[in-house]
Amino acid sequence: MSSYTDPYASSRETTEGTVFSVTGGDWDSLVTEIGQAKEERVVVNMGPQHPSTHGVLRLVLELEGETVTEVRCGIGYLHTGIEKNIEFRNWTQGVTFVTRMDYLAPLFNETAYCLGVEKLLGITNDVPERASVIRVLMMELNRISSHMVALGTGALELGALSPMIFCFREREKVLDVFEMISGLRMNMAYIRPGGLQQDLPAGALAKIRATVKDLRKSFKDNEKLLVGNSIWMKRTEGIGYLDLAGATTLGVTGPVLRSTGLPWDLRKVQPYCGYENYKFDVVTADTCDVYGRFLIRVNELEQSLRIIEQAVDKLEKLEGAPVMVEDKKIAWPAQLALGGDGLGNSLDHIREIMGTSMESLIHHFKLVTEGFRVPAGQVYAAVESPRGELGAHVVSDGGTRPYRVHFREPSFNNLQSTSAMCEGSMVADIIGAVASIDPVMGGVDR
Amino acid sequence: MSSEQGMFGTHGTGDTSGYGGLVRSAASTGSSERPYGSYFDSVTDDLERAYPDFADAIERVVVDRGELTLHIKVSRLVEVSLILRDKLKFEMCLGVSGVHYPEDKNRELHAVYPLLSMTNNQRIRLEVSVPDSNPHIPSLVEVWAGNNWNERETFDMFGIVFDGHPGLTRILMPDDWQGHPQRKDYALGGISVEYKGATTPAPDERRSYR
Repeated sequence: MSSYTDPYASSRETTEGTVFSVTGGDWDSLVTEIGQAKEERVVVNMGPQHPSTHGVLRLVLELEGETVTEVRCGIGYLHTGIEKNIEFRNWTQGVTFVTRMDYLAPLFNETAYCLGVEKLLGITNDVPERASVIRVLMMELNRISSHMVALGTGALELGALSPMIFCFREREKVLDVFEMISGLRMNMAYIRPGGLQQDLPAGALAKIRATVKDLRKSFKDNEKLLVGNSIWMKRTEGIGYLDLAGATTLGVTGPVLRSTGLPWDLRKVQPYCGYENYKFDVVTADTCDVYGRFLIRVNELEQSLRIIEQAVDKLEKLEGAPVMVEDKKIAWPAQLALGGDGLGNSLDHIREIMGTSMESLIHHFKLVTEGFRVPAGQVYAAVESPRGELGAHVVSDGGTRPYRVHFREPSFNNLQSTSAMCEGSMVADIIGAVASIDPVMGGVDR
Repeated sequence: MSSEQGMFGTHGTGDTSGYGGLVRSAASTGSSERPYGSYFDSVTDDLERAYPDFADAIERVVVDRGELTLHIKVSRLVEVSLILRDKLKFEMCLGVSGVHYPEDKNRELHAVYPLLSMTNNQRIRLEVSVPDSNPHIPSLVEVWAGNNWNERETFDMFGIVFDGHPGLTRILMPDDWQGHPQRKDYALGGISVEYKGATTPAPDERRSYR
């Protein structure tokens, strides 16, 4: 035992037993003190700042030796009141809020919300084909970038550093495409009720084709790092077991549900945005464990690439088609354009409203300040996000602002299965199990 | 169901649109008439067959924008849910979403449950409403275990008490928080921020917010 005493690490007696504060440099003294305690049972608070809990997730673990007897999640550390704030902005501005929920899959949040608003407006079938194809293209690119983080951080948390570096390198390539198309790498508010914020810039399709080619090669190389790797399999096989009955009753969807062997993918079973027009396979595994979920994510990358290629082919045929509904009462009046001083309102549009048409100016002002009205009612629109069913329950009272928007977040629902997956396992396996759920705390807490 | 005054939520000055005097109100939709279309007729028929008290328990059947909503009496919620789960194969409940309608007297708080049947590839929605003065709804955790966190969230945000929930505590807000933020009588809030003598007013004090 070292003679140094950490002023912040101390122990105190409570009615529940001795409480130790751990600061990291005091393991020797801690282990000695715990060793003197009579009880085998230890309650450990893990997080919310622990580097392996996948964000600001707090886990309260009850341990008997190395075995976990109870796990409870503490969430809410990233609650930002998005669902409240959205009620104070108009329908189009709502997109800028929802895009920040699950920050690794912003385009899915935007699409779910916009599909809901479009359903309320009754314009689902009026959304131009080109807009839907670009939505699919962007979502599949986003699925890749999101899975890259899931695979990279999942490996990192189990101690494999190299996959993380390679995964983040590939993710960066996807984010470059996002930046070229929308101007932003994350939280881009690119999808709007009725269509898109703007059309693809010149050269985007060529860049996407090159990126797909590049990614396909990199994925093949990266696969060799972990797929079939004996150390990786020892850490993941049979870990975090959750079968179909458990997944259904807990409302678990996405790769975790598909790892039980059920090919449930909303893109196939309840298509939206024209997914029925693309050829792709639903990837499943039958092992119900962390390794199965890992394999599903790895193999979904190739399926996403296939969809992206088909979308690019479609877009080449749809060159010059509109990307916003025709209804001028809903369509945002200005498309953005890249000018000499960066991205901004299209100069043609400004010339029109400022120089030639008073009505256009009035219309622009009304739509931008007041927004459009959405008929009263409620709808539920769901998309298959990288983490599962992302649903938007959108309620309107007939006004220019959402009355209530609630997101059924797959991260939130899937995270509930932590207890079912981890109780009875070893402490070290909790990390793998939580990583395989791939919760994004921005989505969990909203 | 609700009514609002003015276009931007402003009071007094600040209205530049000329629409400041407008009062708009949204009426709640009535019951839908048969045929409902799609698979909604067969779902309601099956439920009627499997559940003899259908007429008493289901207040309204609403089909709107291609979605079926069953408005259910609070006291019958658990019974109907069990039938829907076991007989009609709605294996998955996708949580619960609260909505606060202060104008809907004696039915101010609504809880909305989207259900999914993976066997039949169908979706329906259950809706129950309770008064503000007695916000008690039976918990569905026994029926769909996954509703645990969702009910805690709805309690946290709306103050709806789910009777029979195994541990109904706040989940997103801090444990000692006062009030339920998603209710319409809860202001957006925020605190004024001061930068070197200049202040930025709290969101609820800015012109276009309320």
